Amino acid sequence: MKKNPILRWFETSRGSGVILILLLLCFWQYSALYIMDTPTWPPVTRILVAWYENIIDGTLIVNLLATLWRQMLGYWLAVVLGVSLGLAVGYYRFAYNLLEPLIEVFRPIPGPAYLPVLVLFVGIGNEMKVTLVLVASLFPILLNTYGGVRSIDPVQFDTARTLGLTTLQTLREVVLPAASPQILTGMRISLAISLILAILSEMIVSNDGLGYFTLLAERTFKVPDMYAGIFTLAMFGYALNRLFLLGEAKIIRWHQESSGRK
Amino acid sequence: MSGYLEIERLSKHFSAHGRAACEDISFAVGQREFVALIGPSGCGKSTLLHITAGLSLPTSGTVRLKGETVIAPRPEMMYVFQQYTKSIFPWKTVLDNVCLGIKYRSQAPRKQLEELGREQLEVVGLAPYAHYYPYQLSGGMQQRVAIARALARRPEILLMDEPFSALDAMMRVELQDLLLWLWQDFGLTILFVTHDLDEALYVAQRVVMLSASPGKVAEILDVPLPYPRNQVQTRREPVYLELRERLYNLMVKQVMAGRTEVA
Repeated sequence: MKKNPILRWFETSRGSGVILILLLLCFWQYSALYIMDTPTWPPVTRILVAWYENIIDGTLIVNLLATLWRQMLGYWLAVVLGVSLGLAVGYYRFAYNLLEPLIEVFRPIPGPAYLPVLVLFVGIGNEMKVTLVLVASLFPILLNTYGGVRSIDPVQFDTARTLGLTTLQTLREVVLPAASPQILTGMRISLAISLILAILSEMIVSNDGLGYFTLLAERTFKVPDMYAGIFTLAMFGYALNRLFLLGEAKIIRWHQESSGRK
Repeated sequence: MSGYLEIERLSKHFSAHGRAACEDISFAVGQREFVALIGPSGCGKSTLLHITAGLSLPTSGTVRLKGETVIAPRPEMMYVFQQYTKSIFPWKTVLDNVCLGIKYRSQAPRKQLEELGREQLEVVGLAPYAHYYPYQLSGGMQQRVAIARALARRPEILLMDEPFSALDAMMRVELQDLLLWLWQDFGLTILFVTHDLDEALYVAQRVVMLSASPGKVAEILDVPLPYPRNQVQTRREPVYLELRERLYNLMVKQVMAGRTEVA
């Protein structure tokens, strides 16, 4: 029996999702114009104009770059620290016994809770923001790295030994690639967290960045600007995740293809 | 015959369940000899091979290679694992897998190493697959990669842990013949663990049978069949059939004994 073509389209195409977004935007536009005529709910077209103006005069670009470098610096420091520490904790039994309880104690603390402590110790400048991003991004990477290392099959370690690899060579040739699918999972979780923390720190104390821009717009009643900031954040986050997936597919193609994930 | 690879009064106990995996095992493998190790499942034959390779230590007893006690993996001995899907690293191409055991050992330039790797692939008939990833190959081909990788290190001894047990029947006989050819061509010494009587008789010059858990040497049989062996002819020879019957009865006896002991 042939399936209804509309049903089939819903099952095979993501077009419906895009159309839903467009419909919601239309509804927003309509409701702002005819149902809720208040400054807090501006029509989409007004937001787009504000957005365009803020891009043209460079405001959004400058603030985006400010957020980007804070986030990236903290994030990549967390990657380097988390992966190297995670490899050690996963590979050496003594390091696991020594550090795992400590990690378990710190892990449940939500990232923003570190903020007041950091303000006390490193002030309210960029050092605080970068460190906050680092600390919050560290745990998912660290946990996934040593989890990945500890789940490596003993046969792979035995193989490395019979091939005469030293510890350093084993880490490079076997441990790091074997754990890479899990390490990348951790890195992807942390990427989202790093953006959240960068924005949050900018909302609390800053004079640039997307978090600062968005909150300032709200406080000065430039509501369309505020929405423009949020739109920018949404697209920025989406682009980061897309880029990450592209990179991931390149690095662990062997894993995705051998496990049947496309 | 002895004085090459000697296993002497070897025992292994696992503290976790307080039970012996193998108990007081002694036998020797001569240079260029092909010895098969068989026994009912759980008799500790893989444990024994693992210890022989220097990958784990015995509770008591020693393994000696050319008079020297083995306490860590030795370059003269290469191990071929049953779990080829794990032992062949899925993130490396076939050629990179084969070169992994030699790339840190020699100062030779990368090109020369790759040449050497390709030669090994040629030997096992995988030359056209150098740049494939393991998941793109069949099980039999993956195990060939493992053999090529072992050969690249120019070992004297191959220790093989049920290397063909996960393969289908046709692949298995093909690899048995390949292995026999490599054994003669490279002058290798092979200690081959299997649970398959027919496989043991077909490939080996001598069969060491272990008893059920804890494994002890139950019997050592010579297999006086000429090489090259033939999958059809050899398996029809009266000597083969006679040995098969004897081994089969011994195996049944071991399995039954193992059961009553547990009960």
